[in-house]
Amino acid sequence: MDKLIYRRRHAVNGVIMVLAWAAAISGLVILALILGTLVYEGFSGISLKVFTQMTPAPGSDGGLLNAIVGSLLLTGLGTAIGTPIGILAGTYMAEFGRNTKLTQVVRFINDILLSAPSILIGLFVYDVMVLPMHHFSAWAGGVALALLVLPVVVRTTENMLLLVPDSLREAASAIGSPRWIVIMRVAYRAARTGMITGVLLAVARITGETAPLLFTAFNEQFMSTNMNGPMANLPMVIFQFANSPYADWQKLAWTAALLITMAVLALNIGARTLSASRSRES
Amino acid sequence: MNTNAQVAQYASFAEISPAALRRHGAWDAVLRNATRSAALTVLIVLGGVIVALVNGSLPALRHYGLGFLTSTAWNPVTEKFGALPAVYGTVVTSLIAMLIGIPVSLGVAIFITELCPVWLKRPIGTAIELLAGIPSIIYGIWGLFVLAPFLQRDVQPLLISAFAPVPLLSHLFAGPPYGIGVLTAGIILSIMVLPYITSVTRDVFETVPAVLKESAYGLGCTTWEVVRNVVLPYTRVGVIGGIMLGLGRALGETMAVTFVIGNAHKIASSILAPGTTISATIANEFSEAEGDLYTSSLILLGLILFVITFIVLAAARYLLLRLETQAKA
Repeated sequence: MDKLIYRRRHAVNGVIMVLAWAAAISGLVILALILGTLVYEGFSGISLKVFTQMTPAPGSDGGLLNAIVGSLLLTGLGTAIGTPIGILAGTYMAEFGRNTKLTQVVRFINDILLSAPSILIGLFVYDVMVLPMHHFSAWAGGVALALLVLPVVVRTTENMLLLVPDSLREAASAIGSPRWIVIMRVAYRAARTGMITGVLLAVARITGETAPLLFTAFNEQFMSTNMNGPMANLPMVIFQFANSPYADWQKLAWTAALLITMAVLALNIGARTLSASRSRES
Repeated sequence: MNTNAQVAQYASFAEISPAALRRHGAWDAVLRNATRSAALTVLIVLGGVIVALVNGSLPALRHYGLGFLTSTAWNPVTEKFGALPAVYGTVVTSLIAMLIGIPVSLGVAIFITELCPVWLKRPIGTAIELLAGIPSIIYGIWGLFVLAPFLQRDVQPLLISAFAPVPLLSHLFAGPPYGIGVLTAGIILSIMVLPYITSVTRDVFETVPAVLKESAYGLGCTTWEVVRNVVLPYTRVGVIGGIMLGLGRALGETMAVTFVIGNAHKIASSILAPGTTISATIANEFSEAEGDLYTSSLILLGLILFVITFIVLAAARYLLLRLETQAKA
C-alpha cells in the first residue's frame, strides 16, 4: 500500500518534470524557428539594392532605402522627444519627490502606459495631431513613438537613481554642493550605465512598432525626408508587402523583417551587456 | 525662503559669494520645476488618451447608445455598427492564449528555478527575454507564412476529424481548415505572452526562502510537491499578477493578430473560423474609414479596449505592488 503511494507520487512528479522540460525546450524551439525562418527567408533577399533603391511597384525591382531612412528618422525623433522628458520625470520621482503622492500616482499611471495597447496611442496622436493638420505626418509618427519611449525611460531612470546609495548624495551635500550639482554630477554619473540601458531598451521597443504608425506616419512609396508629410518606414512596408499577393513584395517584407529583428536583437544584447558590465563593477 | 542676511551668512561659511549661492538656489528651483512638469506630463498623456477616446467616440455613443455593445452588425455602407464580434474575438483569442500560455510559462519558470543546471540558467533566461523583444509584426509575418499554413495542412484537419464525433466540441472545431482564424491568433498570442508571464513568475519563484523549500524537501517531498505546496502558495499573488500582465498584453496586441485573424465581423461557433478583434479592426479599417460615424465607431471600440485593458493592468499592478510591500515588511 505504502509502496503504491510512493510510486504514484514519483510518477506524478516525473510526468510534471518532463512537462516542465518540454515547456522550456518548446520555448527555445519556437525562438529558433522564428529566427531560423527570418534568416532563411530574409537573408537571400539582402543585396546592395536593398540599401540603395526605393520600395518598388509590384513586379519591378527595388529595395528598402526610403523605408530604412524613414524608420531611422522616426525612431530618432521618438527617442529625441521621449528620452529627455522621461529622464526628467524619473529624476523627479527618485530625487525631488521621493515618497510624495504625485510620485506614487505617476508610478502607477506610468506602469499602465508601459503595457497599454500601442494602437490606442496611435488613435490619441491621430486625434491631437493628424486631425488638426489634416494629413498624416512624420511629426505625428515621431510623437506617437515618443509616447512609447517615455514610460520605459521613466521607469528605468527612477529605478536606477534609487539604486544610487544616499550616502553618496549626502557626501556631496556635505561638501557644499547644491541639489542640482548633486543630481547632475553625482546621481546621474553613478546611474549612467543603467539609464543608457533603459534608453537602449526603449529604442528597441519602438524599432519594430507598427500599430501607432498606422494612422500617424502612415507610409510613402518614395523617398521623403519631409517631416510634415507621410513617411515610409520598415514596419509599415512589412505590413503592406506581406499582405500583398506579389511574390517579390513578400520577399522584400521578409528582408525588412530580418533587418528589424537584427536591429532589435542587437539593441537588446547591447543593453544586456551594458547592464552585465555594470553589475560586475559593483 | 532664506532672508538676505541668512544667505550672506551661509555664503561666508562656504566662502562663496552670496550671488553664487543665489544662482545655485535658482538652478535648484529650475531643475525641480522641470522634473516636476515632466512627471506631470506622464499623467497628462494618459489623461489625453482618455479625453481623446471619449471625445472621438461621442458621435457613435449618441447614435447607437449601449446597443453598440450587443449589436453584431458591421456594415459601413448602411452605417450599422456593433462591437460584439470584435469584443468576442478579443476575449476568445486572449482566452486561448491564456489556456496555452499559462501552463507553458509556469513549466518554463519551474524548469528555470528548480530543474535547470546553473550553467543553463542564463542562456535560457536570455532566450526567453529575446522572445519578449521580438516586435509583434515579426510574429505576424511568421504566423501568416509559417504557422497558419502548418496549422491548415497538418493540425486543423486532425482536430476536425478527432472532435467530429464528440458532441459540443465538434462545433468548436468545425468547418474547413482556413489556416488563419481565431485559433491561430490565440496560438500566436500564447507565444507572445509566454516571456512576460515566465519572467514575472520566475522572479517571484526566486523570492521563496530556500529554508522553506529545503524543509519540504527534507520531509521527503518530490519537486512537484514542493512547487505545489510551498512555492505556489507563497508566490500566489505574484503569479496572478504576472498572468494579468500577460492577459493585458494579449487583449491589446494588434499587429500579430491582424495578420492571422482573417478580419471577419462575425461570431462563429468554430474557433477555426476567421474572426476579428478590437485592435485588429481598428488597425485594418481606421485609415480607410469614411464618414464620421464609421470613424467614431472605431474610436468607441478603442475606448472599450482601453477600459478592458485598464482594469486588467491596474489589477495586475495592484497585486504586484501588494507583493512588493509584503516583501519589504
